[in-house]
Formats: sequence, structure tokens, C-alpha cells
Amino acid sequence: MNTLTPVLSAFWDQKDSFTMEGYKRNGGYLALAKALAMDPDKIIEEVKESGLRGRGGAGFPTGMKWGFIPQGDQKDHYLVVNADESEPGTCKDTPLLMANPHVLIEGVIIASYAIRANHAFIYIRGEVTHVVRRVQQAIEDAYSAGLLGKNILGKGFDLELVLHVGAGAYICGEETALLDSLEGFRGQPRLRPPFPAIAGLYARPTVVNNVESIASVPSIIANGAQWFASMGTEKSKGFTLYSLSGHITNPGQFEAPLGITLRELIDMAGGVRAGHKLKFWTPGGSSTPMFTDAHLDVPLDYEGVAAAGSMLGTKALQIFDETTCVVRAVLRWTEFYKHESCGKCTPCREGTWWLVQALKNLENGQGAPEDLEKLLDICDNIMGRSFCALADGAASPIISSLQYFRDEYLEHLKNGGCPFDPAASTIFATAGLR
Amino acid sequence: MNQPISSPYSDKDLAVMDSIVKRYPRTRSAIMPLLHYLQSIEGYVTETGIETIAQILSLESAEVNAVATFYTQYKRKPVGQYHVGICTNTLCAVMGGDAIYQSVLEHLGIENDGVTDDGKVSVEHIECNAACDYAPVVMANWEFYDNQNVESAKDLVDSMRQGNPPPPTRGPDRLVTWKEASAVLAGINDGLAHQGVQAGDPTLLGLKIAKNSKGGE
Repeated sequence: MNTLTPVLSAFWDQKDSFTMEGYKRNGGYLALAKALAMDPDKIIEEVKESGLRGRGGAGFPTGMKWGFIPQGDQKDHYLVVNADESEPGTCKDTPLLMANPHVLIEGVIIASYAIRANHAFIYIRGEVTHVVRRVQQAIEDAYSAGLLGKNILGKGFDLELVLHVGAGAYICGEETALLDSLEGFRGQPRLRPPFPAIAGLYARPTVVNNVESIASVPSIIANGAQWFASMGTEKSKGFTLYSLSGHITNPGQFEAPLGITLRELIDMAGGVRAGHKLKFWTPGGSSTPMFTDAHLDVPLDYEGVAAAGSMLGTKALQIFDETTCVVRAVLRWTEFYKHESCGKCTPCREGTWWLVQALKNLENGQGAPEDLEKLLDICDNIMGRSFCALADGAASPIISSLQYFRDEYLEHLKNGGCPFDPAASTIFATAGLR
Repeated sequence: MNQPISSPYSDKDLAVMDSIVKRYPRTRSAIMPLLHYLQSIEGYVTETGIETIAQILSLESAEVNAVATFYTQYKRKPVGQYHVGICTNTLCAVMGGDAIYQSVLEHLGIENDGVTDDGKVSVEHIECNAACDYAPVVMANWEFYDNQNVESAKDLVDSMRQGNPPPPTRGPDRLVTWKEASAVLAGINDGLAHQGVQAGDPTLLGLKIAKNSKGGE
């Protein structure tokens, strides 16, 4: 059974897939010519009809977001692409941009034309030097080819596109923190409303979209909304990138219609690490509540994952087998959230700190069974009490691991320490490379 | 810029900084690329650099400092010519990142954020670097060294100290220095974008399976 649908990844196996020549050879920038001959409102309609939803985690309908931009308001509009891929486990936009930055640029031009923006930005994380090179070069090549700048393709549309490189702050993946960062401030989230569509970059109407969302636009324009909507499930249309990592025989990227299951993906990836079995996994990064082997047949679309108690998120499927200590895993994620909390909101700043203290004790076999309730109490006190969702993300692995693996926490207390051998979970445990 | 900038930087560097400011509709947005650019000159963010950016953007130096101290990629003291980041976020840590991190620090005799005496190598543990299908991941000057193990990582830092590091797994034909990489992050094109693979094997796995299955139909 072939359930994969390579669209974004269709030409990644060509050595020059990242060049203008390579992209054009495979039909690149044809959708742009088609789009610039269309009425901008018609493009927004087309994207709405396709059912495309935000691929950065939240799943908000992309066309609807574009439709929120007030038109005829005599204000500058901005498009900002969120390429600050940092959610633990998430590794789809980075390989996409390395293999084909032009598909993003084509999407940026079409989206900017649709929302009537003459200035667009790509905010990329700073820890990926070669990806920055590829995107920078692609932008320069697009300018040289008359695809950016003044009077694009002679159609009278002007667009400036600037690559803005971050500097190592996870919080800048949150769209309002990203905007503050892009304006030259510390990256801290803003209170909403007003939403970016009304007051975004420089307090002007702004669309912030994920890389994969914008990169999906050229194919929708080229093939039509119906083509896109023919893939996926009832409310989760289209194809998307699923990223499998961890204790899996062959980790990697799988582009499939929304609604595929982890069981199907694991089969294609050659199974869980030989001789081991699945223990827990994340459907969409560490901020999405974890699942177990009881969830192998959950349809990986927005509704299916939500109905099972988690979130589709970034489709970052991190697989952990039975050698992995869940307390250790959760402690490490919690240390991450503590480190990345921007400090603006007290519940998140203080709460993540206390969560680390409690989890460290538990992992070391110290503390008491009551600490499990304390963890849940702290989670309850930080969730939904901050400007952004970072604290909600921090609570997810803790609450879900206690739901499925409470006994393992208690085992640490009985044992006076962690009952697992960390060496057994390493990839080189069996290869004799240690 | 109303007044001439008084700083020890060369006219060429000041001209580049001016061109960075001109990229943006509003000048303050240039703070981050300017800080990256400073690191390409001096290797880290100096007080002089802060003062210069403040002058260029007509800000208080405290405002520039506030930004510089928020982001972990801006260093307040020199790092090595090759700055190594070892991912110890959960997935890489479990897959071997913790063992790699401990072994490399022991091997070099330094602590987290430390620099070897010869100034060649510095090490920090990093968060998820968006390459989980290549775990365990080690970065050097923010270039990818995929699928590492304890021995390969030790060999990597040894080769850096000897001045002949291997090229990144997915990156240009040679590992650029920290300062050179910082210029790229400031948006200065070094002309190396065409070098290196377009994708590694894990990136292509789904595509390969889709093609094979189509061929078999």
C-alpha cells in the first residue's frame, strides 16, 4: 500500500533541487505567473477552499487568516514567515529549506500578493548556517530573475523580501514574540487582542505563517483547491510532512495525506528499533501530550489527535522504546521549557523552575509520592495563565506521563533512584561504539 | 545617521552595518543582524560593539544590551574558532547525546561554555536543532554533524584542534570559522550555498519509499 504523497518533497532527490534552475525544471514559479494573473481575493478564496491549515502547530485555517487582513485600509501590510523551527522533535522546515528554498519564496510572493503586502520577512532560527546560506542565495537569485523587487514578472506587483536570522530563542517561534524580535526587541509574547492581523509587525496588519503552510501554496494555485482537498480527511485536508525520529529502524521525513497513522508510518520506517518495543511517543513535538502503544491507530490529523487527548502540533513523531526512562525524558523537556521561558509572565517563569526541582528529585529517587500531586498542582497553576502557550507546552509532557506512567515515577522512589540504564537507550548501545 | 559614528571599526565594516540597517523599513529591526555582524568581526559582542550599534540606531546602549543578553547565540566572551554545540534535548540525549556531551567535555578538559587553552574549540550543550532524524546531532559553528557517537565526536574536536576538521555532513565543503559563520548569519552571502548535499538520506526516506512502491505497481 502506498499512502505517501510527495509534493513538497517530490524533487528533493535531485542534486540541484535547491537552485533556481532545479526548481524551474520541475515547474517552479509557474504557479506565480498564474497567481499574478488572478484577483488577489480569488487567491484567498482558493486557499480557503483548499482547506489548508497552519502547519506550524496550531492548525488555524490559512485562508481565513489571510482574509482577516483589512483591505483598502491605506496601511502597509506585512507577511512574516515563521522559520524559527525549534519545537523539540520538529525537523521538517529545516530540511525543506535546505532542499528547496524556492518553493517557500514562490509561496511568499503569492501570499504577499493575496494580502496586498509589499514587504515580507522570513524569520529563520540562527543555528542553521547552511540553511541560512541556501535561503539567502535563493532570495538573491529570485531578485536577479525579476521575481522579487519592483514590477514582478511585469505585472505591476512590488515585493521586498528580507531574511531575518534569529539568535537562539525558542520563544521566538511564538508569533507575537517573533514580531517583537523582528522589531529589534527581546523576544517576548504580546497580549492578544489585538491579533497580528490588525496590529502585527510595526503595529500594521500582518500575517504570520509557518514555512510548510506557505510552501504548500504554490501547489494549491497550480493544481487547484479541489486537488488539495481530495487528500486528507474531512476537516484536515491535504498532505503534510511527518517527521519520524528516535528508536526507529529508519528515521526520516514522510510526506503523506493527513490522517495516516503511526502504525502505518512505523511500518514504512522498518519498525521500532530491532528487539525493542514502543513505549511512548509525541504526535507533534514535546509540547503535545505524549501517547503510548495504545494510540498506534489514531488518525494523525487535527481532529483525530485531539479526540485522543493530544494535539497534532508539528507532526514531530518522536519514538521512544522500553529502554527509555519516562521521568528522565520529561525532566529534560522541562529543563528546556525552564531555559526557554522568556520570563515575562510569573506563572511560567517561576512554575517551570519549580517543576524542574520536583522532577529532578523524583528522577533521583528523592521526594515523596505526594510530589506527583504537587507536579500536577503546579501544572494547573501555569497552564493558561500566561501570555503565550509555552507554559501549556511545559505542562503537557508532565500531565500525560503521569496519566500513563504514574507507576514508573513511584518506582523511582521505591528504587531510591532511576531504575533504567541510560546506556541501553543509546543508538550505539547495540553497535559496540561506546 | 546624523552624526558620524565614532568607533574603532573600519570604514568597510561601518558601510556593511549601514547596508544592514537599510534592509529594514524601521531601523531598530537591524539590531539582531548587527549583533551577528559584530561577532563576525570580534568573535563576540563587546561593549564597544554595543556602543556602536546604539549610535547607529540612535538607541541607548542599555536597549542594545537588553537585546544582546536575551539571545543565547550572542556571546559575551570569546568562544573557540570552532564552537561545538551538542544536543542534549530529550531525543538526542536519550539516543546518546548525554554520553557524547560528557565524553567530549572530559576529553577536552573543559566545562560547559568553556574554551580549550589553544582557543580552538569551545563546547556548549544545546537544545533541539531541528535534525532529530539524524540524532544524535552535534553542531559546529551551527553546521550539521549528523549521526554522531562518542568516538566520532571526540575525533571531530581533535581534528578541530589540529586545524583540519572534516566538512559538515550537510553543509559546505569545508567547516567555516565561527567568525565566518557569524557573517553568514548577519546576511552576508559567502558564496558557499551551492556546496554540499541537497538532503541527507533520512530527509529522502519517504520519497524513496513512495517511488519504489510506485515502480512496483
